[in-house]
Amino acid sequence: MTNKLEKSADIGVFIALIAFTIVFPCLNAFTAEGSAMHVSGFQLSVWGKYMCYAVLALSLNMLWGYTGLLCLGQCLFFALGGYAFGMYLILSIGESGDMASLPTFLNWDDLPAIWGPFFSPVFAVGAVLLVPGIVAFIFGFLAFRSRIKGVYFSILTQALTYAGFLLFNSNETPFGGTNGFTNFKVLFGADVNTAAIDQGLFIASGVLLIGVYALLTWLLATKFGKVQRAIRDSENRVRFSGFSTTHYKVFIFVLSAMVAGAAGALYVPQAGIINPGEMLPARGLDIVVWVAVGGRSSKFGPVIGAILVSLLKSYTTQVFPEYWLIILGGIFVFVVIFMPDGVVGLIKKVIALMKGDPEEIDENIEEETA
Amino acid sequence: MKIISELHKGTDLVLSAEGVNRSFDGFKAINDLNFYLAEGELRTVIGPNGAGKSTFMDLITGRTRPDGGTITFHEDDGHDIDLTKLREYEVNRLGIARKFQTPSVFNNHTVYENILLSLNRPRGVMSALFYKPTKKDLEEIDVVLELIRLTDRKHDLAGFLSHGQKQWLEIGMLLAQKPRILLVDEPAAGMSDEETERTGELLLSLRGKHSIIVVEHDMEFIRQIATKVTVLHQGHVLKEGSFDEVSSDPTVKKVYLGRQ
Repeated sequence: MTNKLEKSADIGVFIALIAFTIVFPCLNAFTAEGSAMHVSGFQLSVWGKYMCYAVLALSLNMLWGYTGLLCLGQCLFFALGGYAFGMYLILSIGESGDMASLPTFLNWDDLPAIWGPFFSPVFAVGAVLLVPGIVAFIFGFLAFRSRIKGVYFSILTQALTYAGFLLFNSNETPFGGTNGFTNFKVLFGADVNTAAIDQGLFIASGVLLIGVYALLTWLLATKFGKVQRAIRDSENRVRFSGFSTTHYKVFIFVLSAMVAGAAGALYVPQAGIINPGEMLPARGLDIVVWVAVGGRSSKFGPVIGAILVSLLKSYTTQVFPEYWLIILGGIFVFVVIFMPDGVVGLIKKVIALMKGDPEEIDENIEEETA
Repeated sequence: MKIISELHKGTDLVLSAEGVNRSFDGFKAINDLNFYLAEGELRTVIGPNGAGKSTFMDLITGRTRPDGGTITFHEDDGHDIDLTKLREYEVNRLGIARKFQTPSVFNNHTVYENILLSLNRPRGVMSALFYKPTKKDLEEIDVVLELIRLTDRKHDLAGFLSHGQKQWLEIGMLLAQKPRILLVDEPAAGMSDEETERTGELLLSLRGKHSIIVVEHDMEFIRQIATKVTVLHQGHVLKEGSFDEVSSDPTVKKVYLGRQ
């Protein structure tokens, strides 16, 4: 019965996402500026960014919600994907001959060797997935093989993203230091400041979100997905059922890093900037808050959480900017204490109460076995 | 290997541990332990707290490594495998299944899924991604469910089972692995008298099909199932024999039974 409900909920989510991905850019393209229905290019890129955030939140929930691995460094993978694509965008400026817009740290006639391959869009797109994937593989393999878990794993991932920050923030490394990359002009040969590019990036973000959601839906239905959740609930039992939990955890960690990298790559041209600030531990915590607010025991929760919190942030930072962090902290504490399954959990509970179905109410039995 | 051939000529051994030592921070949890398990045998291991029972299980299953000595698994085809070099999942894949002291089942999975995950099918990442249960798999699951009397709870979450039912589910998960050796740690803990008795019957019915080591405290239960009892004391085998032999032994009484 729950299965049926979940299936219809899934179909609803897919229809809503597809409709949003199609309708929003159409409102931008086909309605007159100033009309009530019109969506500005600015609005379009804001919502495009939110969808990238939603993908990022989904990638964290693959680890945290479904495998029990709380990764505080998901922002690193996002930023690595962003940087990989940003390097391509920067080189496109030079190729278009607009030398004045190149960042000053980049000496065009004597490019650092690492920049060379990023002239190729194919390589850049590959790097968007592979760089986060390889970092996650090396880190994950070492951490999981040594049985590092729980809070120790979380702290290490936070240290990892901080290390990334230091590396990219330094002026010694050829990644633009504190300023990072900005002022992008060209994307795949087209001027970035056109409505078509805005619409294209928005649609690409929507497609990515739908794709990742579909991937997650499929993954959870497989035996792999069942093993994943079994690892979360009782890793020892999984090990003593003949599974190498290390292999499973490395796989999901790498997959989630690649998803985060893809989100970062689409985020950068819409935000128009990537800098090392994206790798700060505080950014990693933001993602955790999104997922917690939306609800980590549900597939769609992180999407809602990412969008809700981002909307609230954009509103709050305009009206009373100095209170944002306090409000964010307050929300987190409130959610942890009163809404352990987030917004989606709350909605589920309300529905269950109206139906008078007690089994639905305490659907999640959290009983950790040592 | 030499010792085995002298002592156990003519018996089909499935597991042998010889001269095993393991200490933790100077405390000798296992001290020169020798232990042999015959094919199809049901062995009960008893001993006071700290006698090394759980450590011994950990050593067999690759959870901890011995400081010295050998633990050997004897395969059907005569191959000997050194268990002390393997990881838990590798030991498990050889056909050595273990039940923990506290029931550890997957609470957020249904009873059916719990058994499904335990079947001895390819357990790599790729095969898990593209696995589809076959008709044979489903039949095997039903057989196990029947055996552990959970057929009518098939589609309930394991978290909703009673404590005793969780214990049975875990035993069922072991059986689904079709193991050659079953290591069962306190199967009757927290069970009602009736449940305990039924657990005993279940274990007795498995004798011959699997080699079983049961670690227990409950003397009534041991009396019910015991054919051969090994008493551990300070990491060493104190006495081995039938239940009556062991329970009438004065040294055993002194270190263990007398304290009850």
